[in-house]
Amino acid sequence: MIKTVPPAAILIAGALLVPFLKGRLKKAYLLVLPTLAFLNLLYMPAGRYWIVEFLSYDLIFGRVDKLSMAFGYVFVLITFIGILYALNIKDDSQHMASLMYAGGALGVTFAGDLFSLYIFWEILAIASVFLILARKISTSSAAAFRYFTWHFFGGLCLLAGIILYVMNRGTPEFAYIGLNDGASILIFTGFCLNAAVFPLHAWLPDAYPRATVTGAVFMSALTTKSAVYILARTFPGTELLIWAGAFMTCFPIFYAVIVNDIRRVLAYSLINQVGFMVCGIGIGTQLAINGVVAHAFSHIIYKALLFMSTGAVLHMTGRIRATDLGGLHKTMPFTAICCMIGAASISAFPLFSGFVSKSMTVAAAAEEHLTIIWLMLMFASAGVFHHAGIKVPFFVFFGHDSGIRAKEPPINMRLAMGIAAFICIFLGIYPQPLYRILPHAVHYVPYTAFHVVGMLQLLMFGALAFTVLVLSGYYPPEMRAVNLDTDWFARVAGRKFIWFCNSPLKRIGVFIKGCVSRIVGQLKTVPDRSVILENGTDSFFHSGLTSLPNLLFVWGRHLRTEIKQLSWNLAYILMPFFALLALMLLWLS
Amino acid sequence: MKTQREITLLDSPKNRARVRKYFYISLLILLVIEFFTPKHGHFPWEEAYGFYAVYGFIGCVSLIFIAKGLRWLVKRKEDYYD
Repeated sequence: MIKTVPPAAILIAGALLVPFLKGRLKKAYLLVLPTLAFLNLLYMPAGRYWIVEFLSYDLIFGRVDKLSMAFGYVFVLITFIGILYALNIKDDSQHMASLMYAGGALGVTFAGDLFSLYIFWEILAIASVFLILARKISTSSAAAFRYFTWHFFGGLCLLAGIILYVMNRGTPEFAYIGLNDGASILIFTGFCLNAAVFPLHAWLPDAYPRATVTGAVFMSALTTKSAVYILARTFPGTELLIWAGAFMTCFPIFYAVIVNDIRRVLAYSLINQVGFMVCGIGIGTQLAINGVVAHAFSHIIYKALLFMSTGAVLHMTGRIRATDLGGLHKTMPFTAICCMIGAASISAFPLFSGFVSKSMTVAAAAEEHLTIIWLMLMFASAGVFHHAGIKVPFFVFFGHDSGIRAKEPPINMRLAMGIAAFICIFLGIYPQPLYRILPHAVHYVPYTAFHVVGMLQLLMFGALAFTVLVLSGYYPPEMRAVNLDTDWFARVAGRKFIWFCNSPLKRIGVFIKGCVSRIVGQLKTVPDRSVILENGTDSFFHSGLTSLPNLLFVWGRHLRTEIKQLSWNLAYILMPFFALLALMLLWLS
Repeated sequence: MKTQREITLLDSPKNRARVRKYFYISLLILLVIEFFTPKHGHFPWEEAYGFYAVYGFIGCVSLIFIAKGLRWLVKRKEDYYD
């Protein structure tokens, strides 16, 4: 029997050694870590183990069954590909953040109790902020702060829900939770925020396009899919998720058509694809859950491939807006081909990985006779081909010639894209290895003549619509603009609040102070008891009430200074989580 | 970076037209093949001739027009949030 360790520990502890290594040794070490984690996964038997008694609760670091294993495999696989893609980056903090991020995702996947889940959940959230901060431009640090605020809110909902849950049931262990009381609603909200369920999705298209080239690859794979995993475990068959998921498949495609930043187009199509998974979780039948896991697996690979190929364009040209790009297939043919393979996979073209996985969820909706849901999913399938399948490759690599003559990216990036592209095609042609790791036995046959012809017609006639509309000039032109989303409420309301504190609230404070002084001045002529009364009201109005606007103002200014030191502050927040984790793991040994 | 404009296959309008021609032919082939495919849909309309083709086309056209409407609703200047 080979001794195994929690896979999260390999990546998180391994990340701490990164800054001490140099040159080739570091590159080799970075690639060895996910490989080691993968070998470790292979030897992990099914069951529950690594149980730590901590403060009289049982914490479970290893809940290993088919569901968690499937996600474990794909997280480790994408970590390897992502690290390979990022190998030419000299920034240690990025490598460390990516490894910890992946470690957090693996920890969430194998957590059997809510406390350890929460700790990994926060490690995952905080480590990913560094991948946005590492871009080191002002728009990205502002976006990092907004991203962190969203996830902080989600994390607090989750924590509150967990505490209520443990108080109700007396144990942090969890399996199926189900939407039935206040605690479960809070937990559900926390999970849904990470799964980018409408209207809690706005952080995703805001932050992902502003992450670093290599960071976006990890982000596209880990946060939403670990949330999908945890929803599939705790809330399968929740009817609300069927509608939430179907809505998620539809509304982002409208945005994706009008958005200019290519990585933002991909971010919206990511929400669309996660919508298929959320919908499948809501349906909750064996076929649907199989579809969710299969789709998460193939989605992680092709979405990473799309983020890698567009990231390669950003890396080599420094530009990512559709208005600035075009005609790059001339000098970047390999990247163009990889991007088109990713695009074909996300559009679920036959012989590509999306086809064998997405159709399971759609078939599950049909089997349950959910007519409107089925029509929405079909519409979204055609729509995703339209924007991610055609728009992304067309405006970047074809379309009008922008005159940019960028070279192909470095060899490690090409290698990473090549591996991902190979997996996309391999699973599309031979899906059995994927079907074998799914939680339930698979009886689904993707390649029937009817299904292939139907899907091809749906996609090709969607492409015909694109062709006709572009040629006739009805297609909305790409333009530089901001497109409002649900975060408008948070962002504008936040700014209004600060303005409210600075201006009217402060004026009201000064006014009250003036009134009080005047009244008190008159009262002073009356002796004794009035003096006591006066002192009381005096202290309330002078120091209590009037200091409130001032306090808010100072707090706002303080916050602004703190944002400038965001990475340090986050590191301080991250440290206690690591300390707690180390403490728990020490108990284990 | 090279400043000279390279000519590739896709630059000539003749080739672009040819690509479009093959694309239209493949659409026709798909419609013809449908006659010979055994159908096993979950919904009755799924088995109607050309359902997927019509749905895909209409879906994408309405997608574009709704997106245009959405742009009218949500588009702001690039420095809106600054």
